[in-house]
Amino acid sequence: MHHTTDPNLMVNLKINGIPVTVPGGTLILDAAKKVGINIPTLCYHPDLKVRATCRICLVEFKGQKKLRTACSNEVWEGAEIITNSKIVRDTRRTVLELLLAEHKPDCLQCVRNTKCELQRLAKELSVEETSFISAGHSFEIEDQHPAIVRDPNKCIKCGRCVEVCQDVQQVSAINTAHRSAEFEIGTPYHQKLDQTTCVSCGQCIAVCPVGALYEKDDTGKVQTALDNPGIHVVVQIEPAIRVALAKEFDIMPGNITPGKMVTVLRRLGFNKVFDTRFMTDITSREAAYELFDRLCNNGVLPMLTSHCAGWINFMEKTYPEILNHLSTCKSPQQMFGAIAKTFYAEQSGISPEKIFVVSIMPCVAKKYEGARTEMSASGQRDVDAVLTTKELVKMIKHGYLDLAKLEESEFDDPLGISEDDMVICGSSGGVMEGAVRTVYTELTGYDLEQFDFEAIPDLEGAKEADINIAGQVLKVAIVDGLKNARVLMDQIKQGSSKYHMIEVMCCPIGCSNNVRQPFGTTAEIEAPIYQGHKSPAVLTLYGKFLGNPLGPKSQELLHTNYIPQYRK
Amino acid sequence: MCEQTKKVQSIIHKYDKAKGNLLSILLDIQEASGRNYVSQEHADIVACELGIPLSKVHDVLTFYAMFSTKPRGKHVIEICKSAPCYITKADAVVTMFEEALKINIGDTTQDNQFTLLYTSCVGACDIGPVAKIGDKIYGDLTKEKIQSIVVSYREVTECPK
Amino acid sequence: MSKIMQLISANCGKIPPGSVADYVQFGGYEALKKAFNMQPIAVIEEVKKAKLLGRGGAAYPAGSKWEQLFEIEHFPKYIVCNADEGEPGTFKDKLLLSQDPLRVIEGMTIAGYVFGSHDGYIYIRGEYRDIQRVFQTAIDNAAEAGFLGDNILGTEFSFRIHIMSGAGAYVCGENSALLNSIEGKAGRPRIKPPHLAEVGLFLMPTLVNNVESFANIPVITLLGGEQYLSYGTNDSGGTKLVCLSGHAKKRGVYEIPFGITLRDIIYDPELGGGITGDKNLKFVHLGGQSGPCGPAALLDTPYCYKAMRSNGLSVGSGAVVVMDETVCVIDYLKCVTEFFIHESCGKCTPCREGNKQIYHILCSLSDGQATKQDLQTLNKLTDTMTCASFCGLGQTASVALTTCLKHFKAEFEAHISRECPAGVCNFSKGRGE
Repeated sequence: MHHTTDPNLMVNLKINGIPVTVPGGTLILDAAKKVGINIPTLCYHPDLKVRATCRICLVEFKGQKKLRTACSNEVWEGAEIITNSKIVRDTRRTVLELLLAEHKPDCLQCVRNTKCELQRLAKELSVEETSFISAGHSFEIEDQHPAIVRDPNKCIKCGRCVEVCQDVQQVSAINTAHRSAEFEIGTPYHQKLDQTTCVSCGQCIAVCPVGALYEKDDTGKVQTALDNPGIHVVVQIEPAIRVALAKEFDIMPGNITPGKMVTVLRRLGFNKVFDTRFMTDITSREAAYELFDRLCNNGVLPMLTSHCAGWINFMEKTYPEILNHLSTCKSPQQMFGAIAKTFYAEQSGISPEKIFVVSIMPCVAKKYEGARTEMSASGQRDVDAVLTTKELVKMIKHGYLDLAKLEESEFDDPLGISEDDMVICGSSGGVMEGAVRTVYTELTGYDLEQFDFEAIPDLEGAKEADINIAGQVLKVAIVDGLKNARVLMDQIKQGSSKYHMIEVMCCPIGCSNNVRQPFGTTAEIEAPIYQGHKSPAVLTLYGKFLGNPLGPKSQELLHTNYIPQYRK
Repeated sequence: MCEQTKKVQSIIHKYDKAKGNLLSILLDIQEASGRNYVSQEHADIVACELGIPLSKVHDVLTFYAMFSTKPRGKHVIEICKSAPCYITKADAVVTMFEEALKINIGDTTQDNQFTLLYTSCVGACDIGPVAKIGDKIYGDLTKEKIQSIVVSYREVTECPK
Repeated sequence: MSKIMQLISANCGKIPPGSVADYVQFGGYEALKKAFNMQPIAVIEEVKKAKLLGRGGAAYPAGSKWEQLFEIEHFPKYIVCNADEGEPGTFKDKLLLSQDPLRVIEGMTIAGYVFGSHDGYIYIRGEYRDIQRVFQTAIDNAAEAGFLGDNILGTEFSFRIHIMSGAGAYVCGENSALLNSIEGKAGRPRIKPPHLAEVGLFLMPTLVNNVESFANIPVITLLGGEQYLSYGTNDSGGTKLVCLSGHAKKRGVYEIPFGITLRDIIYDPELGGGITGDKNLKFVHLGGQSGPCGPAALLDTPYCYKAMRSNGLSVGSGAVVVMDETVCVIDYLKCVTEFFIHESCGKCTPCREGNKQIYHILCSLSDGQATKQDLQTLNKLTDTMTCASFCGLGQTASVALTTCLKHFKAEFEAHISRECPAGVCNFSKGRGE
């Protein structure tokens, strides 16, 4: 059989007798889509290396007895593929029944009920039960981890989580083990996740097709606080979360405005609703002064940002010898908690013990961060609960709220400070950009114009910029994804890093916690340039409470230390 | 550094710390352990020295049947249960070893001298049913032969040279 | 006329293994010298004419494999010898490796020359650790005598052979799984395409052949492909090392010319000598656990690839396991299925789950709990495993079962009626217990 992988050559083939022409190297799976045939898949994921192990996407090559997987075979000239012959249909059903036999059948209790790829497949193929016998195993569910729950009874061994952990993130906390009937996916020696190299990035949850991996559910804890009239529940939310929220409710993102989100949260019973972007401004300010201090006083460079929770876990476990490069700034989430239970408590006259701080984040690593025992600068836990977008969705659905019909509301003034110029102060470039602009203004007295990043050669997901500050060049870099970050960290270890500051986001496509696309930006509307250091609200907080950036109060509440968590 | 760790390090260096030699490294470490297994501690050292994640070393240790992650007897007696041995009464051989050692298949004797296990075909079907102990294969087994084999391994253990 | 030939087993038991002097004395390395005076493509032509089919079990034409690799312009290329020999009933590679290792080494070296490869790897199963030591000594001796290493026989050609050990996994007999194992990983097979000739060991073009296949290369090179072919049949050139076990009187390895019959192999006084206790033969299991079972009625089938295939039988690895009338087919199949359950790598659904389900039904049959519906389920499972499994292990794991269903249907039905013709199965449990 002749295969062509040259994408410059067009290939003519037939799928179910229908002629198709596609570039060489196209997968049969994708070629079929062109003629309106969506071959079902289970282990296949467009962002991950192909495994072809579930055997759901089988198709027939005309004249051959063995069926082939559409996810791993490319088209070739003259191919005749059949996607729906009797043998394909029968085999597909049998494979599905074999999977169902070893999959715990508790759909109604399962976190993925109605959102499960296995369930959807069974529905599509009208498979309501399996004719096969289960081995009857009952595996322990690991749910002590603050962020991630693992249920091996649901695992269908698709291996997507292994690919993302081993290959994409290169964290390698989970892997395959054993073979045959004992074949499993999990941690080495059945260690608890916390004992492994796991950084709680949650990418495994993001790719799991079933309910074998999911985030810890803290909605119960939050609801209990909301139901208690004696507890003052405050919540911070990143407005950009509305994109994911819109997807969950099947609404156009533009139809969920930040104002509607505020209303939703108030309707759910939150006493105060704050915009995270205010705290991002604080973080940027502290980081700016820290950078400034390091630049002027032979401090440790490059300085690494520290607002990504998964990134911190990764550094503590994998590069403990260069932890001193990390900024000591807490993340906006944690700073918010510390300020809420001190300054805000004072201003509002509510005792800190009665304040319950909730954070709504798109990321499970933030749950891990919120649970860190050292994050209690206020004298008690700074952040009481972190909810992911999915958990917020759950609460909205339990409240039977119709997002489309809600009115608009304003965020509460940041932590009690009157704010007139919120729009100008929206964080547009993330903590690092904010820090750089602050440093620029401090040193030159002027505002920094728009500056451009360029891709770093031979390093995926990374870009760099040179910023001229009064004749000196400040070199900065941004990198997404731990695999890519390793390259820059290895340079630091070898003493060959050329940067002064590096921002790292743990997940390959960044996250909306570090908004690079400013709120409101579209092709038509140009993003306002970040001017957080001019925010009256920020300046008020410093004037009334914190004193100077990096001052004693800031150090006490807004900065932290890191501890090597895992030594080889 | 304790003796065992030194031994592990020297094995790793003997194989040039090459990732491709992982199986041989682990086999040698297992043999040197005296209990026919690779401890988690040693697996950690291998992972660190070779620059391989522990999860990958663990995958290899649990994938291949010759490895054990738990201590076994000084001598592991493996009875082949594949078809050519099965039909020439491998079951009877198992029973005879169980009687000679006073343990059930899958268990280790209290003095940690012997572990009795099943194995897949070891390529000695012409003299089956067979038992493999270390690198040696014993075939055409009878009750008397088995008794004397067990005694010979016990004697080797009890009489230091 | 003798039914035993000694094209490749002549030295076994006769010369000290690894002794270069003895090997050379009995004609060793003449083939390598001849190859050095041939164009590489000419050597490949001889292998094609010889109709050497892969001796590991898959029976892929070696000449085609060599030709495909030769056409790939990407270096370095690697020569890999599959000495995993995990197939139950197979112990012929062990004979060659331990008693005539230099023949295998010479075969690999010729291959190295043909493909311009400088590194060969031989993957010897972990259970053969003592044989690994013997083979290493042979390599060292060959290197010392100038037949391995740099500038072999004064030419510019250099070749080294490295021994890699397995650690107990039948699935590593599958070529791509074997390469993963050489690379220090778990031996789970790779996705194909790309094929190993394009993306093989260390992602480079690779030749993988069985021990016996490599052992035939010197004799093919020396005699020429046509003469080699003439020792066998039109479709199956040369000889085969057959491994006789089970209830045969004289179990062992025999080198036979293709074309003699199964009956010859089992009953001829020079070969198997008949059944132990002079019992009746009930069935044979051919080519390995992944091969077909055949009843006594098919014993007159000529032992060669085409004739065997046309009777639904197989040469495979050369294993011939003989079962007498005391063996229960169901009980036997449980043993076979247990083997595949243990050896499946576990990554694909049909094999990992299918073998378990088959075993469950076989247990039902042997417990007297099975129904006719179970036979239909067995068919559903075997069909799915055959056409949907990721690799050859899963695809062929149920061959023994399907052939027994064909030839011994009555025995299955008897078990459904709670009768075991061989008197092995115990039906003490009541139905539904």
